[in-house]
Amino acid sequence: MSNHISETTTHVSFREEKGRYKGIFAWIFSTDHKRIGLLYLYAIVTFFLVGVSLGAAMKLELIAPGKTIMNPEAYNAIFTLHGVIMIFLVVVPGLPAVFGNFFLPIMIGAKDVAFPKLNLLSWWVYMVGAVIALSALFMGGGPPDTGWTFYAPYSFKTNTNMLPAVIGAFVLGFSSILTGINFIVTIHRLRAPGMTWFRLPLFPWTLYGTAWIQILATPIVGITLLMIVGERLFHIGFFDPALGGDPILYQHLFWIYSHPAVYIMILPAMGAISEIIPTFANKSIFGYKAIVISTLAIAFVGYFVWGHHMFTSGMSGTALYTFSFLTFLVAIPSAIKVFNWVGTLHKASIQLEPPFFWAASFLFVFMIGGLSGLALGALATNVHLHDTAFVVAHFHFIVFGGVGFAFMGAIHYWFPKIWGRMYNTKVATRGWIMFFIGFTTLYLPMFFLGIDGMPRRYYDYVDRFHGPNIISTIGSWVMIAGLIIILVNLIRGAKKGPKATKNPWGGKTLEWEVDSPPTLENFEEIPVIKRSPYDYR
Amino acid sequence: MSQTIALSHDIHRDDEGSKIGMWLFIFTELLLFAGLFIVYGVYRYLNPVAFHLAAEELSVTVGTVNTIILLGSSACMAMASSAIRMRNKGMTMLMLATTLFIAFMFLVNKYFEWEGKFHHGLFPGSEDLLKLGQGDTLFYGLYFFMTGLHALHIIVGFILITIVSVRVNNNTLTADNPVLLDNAGLYWHLVDLIWIFLFPLFYLIA
Repeated sequence: MSNHISETTTHVSFREEKGRYKGIFAWIFSTDHKRIGLLYLYAIVTFFLVGVSLGAAMKLELIAPGKTIMNPEAYNAIFTLHGVIMIFLVVVPGLPAVFGNFFLPIMIGAKDVAFPKLNLLSWWVYMVGAVIALSALFMGGGPPDTGWTFYAPYSFKTNTNMLPAVIGAFVLGFSSILTGINFIVTIHRLRAPGMTWFRLPLFPWTLYGTAWIQILATPIVGITLLMIVGERLFHIGFFDPALGGDPILYQHLFWIYSHPAVYIMILPAMGAISEIIPTFANKSIFGYKAIVISTLAIAFVGYFVWGHHMFTSGMSGTALYTFSFLTFLVAIPSAIKVFNWVGTLHKASIQLEPPFFWAASFLFVFMIGGLSGLALGALATNVHLHDTAFVVAHFHFIVFGGVGFAFMGAIHYWFPKIWGRMYNTKVATRGWIMFFIGFTTLYLPMFFLGIDGMPRRYYDYVDRFHGPNIISTIGSWVMIAGLIIILVNLIRGAKKGPKATKNPWGGKTLEWEVDSPPTLENFEEIPVIKRSPYDYR
Repeated sequence: MSQTIALSHDIHRDDEGSKIGMWLFIFTELLLFAGLFIVYGVYRYLNPVAFHLAAEELSVTVGTVNTIILLGSSACMAMASSAIRMRNKGMTMLMLATTLFIAFMFLVNKYFEWEGKFHHGLFPGSEDLLKLGQGDTLFYGLYFFMTGLHALHIIVGFILITIVSVRVNNNTLTADNPVLLDNAGLYWHLVDLIWIFLFPLFYLIA
């Protein structure tokens, strides 16, 4: 713990600042980046809990072969909604929208993002997109059942409510693009004097890489989803074989966005981990430049690997080899980062606090997720594992294990700064242990099920898959119990926890130099930067 | 460089930043259409003869007229940007109004062109088009989708320029803060640029 003592100042925090509006309007019409970040947080956590409930329902269905609690149609709808909510509403906005909005300006020494009004607009567009997408649940025709990928031709043949889901995803893409533009301009224009590119902390760096992917990839999925809309409304025939179209083309266009989208999710997670680890290791980050360059390399190479989602869809041999090779290539910069984090911990004096536990377990699950990704990126094993439970386990280890754990780490790390109070660290640690055990119990058996041949997206299975499925379902209960402990602890901490000091963990980046919680303008005076962001020792 | 940044903190205004933001947005718009260009390229490659014959059905004259008037409107928009810097409000308003008028003419032209196609049963989902075969279905599908999306951009640009005109008229947009006009102009040139791609793809390559 650091020796900084909370100063009793007359500063008014951004939470108490009186603006033009009152009550809830003071939040939903606020252009303060910190309030917008929290608006995103509350929305994302709400959608996350809905998604978790849907996931838990799926696991419950799979506890025994045959129909357990739902029929196949309901199962199809639930895995689709689980995917749409978790991908488009939770993990894609995830860390950039919450912690990016809240901390990017503070970490680069600015008073706000470059376009505060546009920032608020992004949140509104996000909410409108969410409402449109979720309205698919309540209209006649029933919820969509294509899976979150909206594959053609099923997405325009099915009689369920595809239009709201697809249009909702399109609108959400707009929100993502606007946030991306805002962050790029902010990082280019609003860095404090003296903050050169290589004095930029790593979380902003990853936000920068992410923002570029958001700008370059999202329009492609936007137009693809519009084409699905056109297909449903006007029978244009782009992806309809009966009219001369090609469904495989849809898959290409979809994954040209949706694979880079995986890096939209994971890059900021890596950024958050790169902030947490040096703080709790009390040591400057090992290989700062290597992390920066690997971030940009991931953002760049990540564009050219989309074909690995389609190894069994029908592509030329050359395309298969190329995509497989590039998939192996993109693993290298990720591995470099893991190496750097472990290198930072080497011979460090580590503070064992909840954010560090999350970061350490991130390394563990991210490695399992990443290495199983290589099994899928290899052509021969892919044919065997394609569309099995192995794939589900792989991307949950990366997206839930990677991004989810980093999100948890980030919220435990920045909690005292956001709310100005501290949560109970003992309870937080217990919550983490339960969550971690539950998580691995839930997803590890799915690797084995997948290798054994259990397909994904089936509500039923043959008897020999019964054992691992029971373990997996029990794991989901343990994980949810852990999640409840974590949430209750954080909510209680935000309301009643002891007042936090300016810098409870001894961090060196700029956000630890401002008040907890920060004032409306963050800084009295714009700081002048004269050192690297991680000069511990 | 660092001085301009410090300055932008104090006055909460950064014209350079606004321009960068607009350019990035324009980039995303181009990528939006790029997805359609890929689809066009793939289907043209697969159906060369049908695309060739279908393209001959489109009137090069109407297309050329639309290209010329759209280029003219971009010129007017650029002149509005210069006029506001010379503090010539009358000329700025005149140029903006001309741009709006030309944009409207473009849409009128487009309307008659589309109506003609509908009249001949050349629209997505029509029975006549299905009889012509898959290549023609795809060509007209792409034609309506791409020119339709472009027309939508014209309408957005129209609204944007109207807002700019109102602000120039009530003197909230002057030579001291012309960045909104410039950005509206950039958007308008983008709309123009996309048409410059659509025109050869549908009308000229026959």
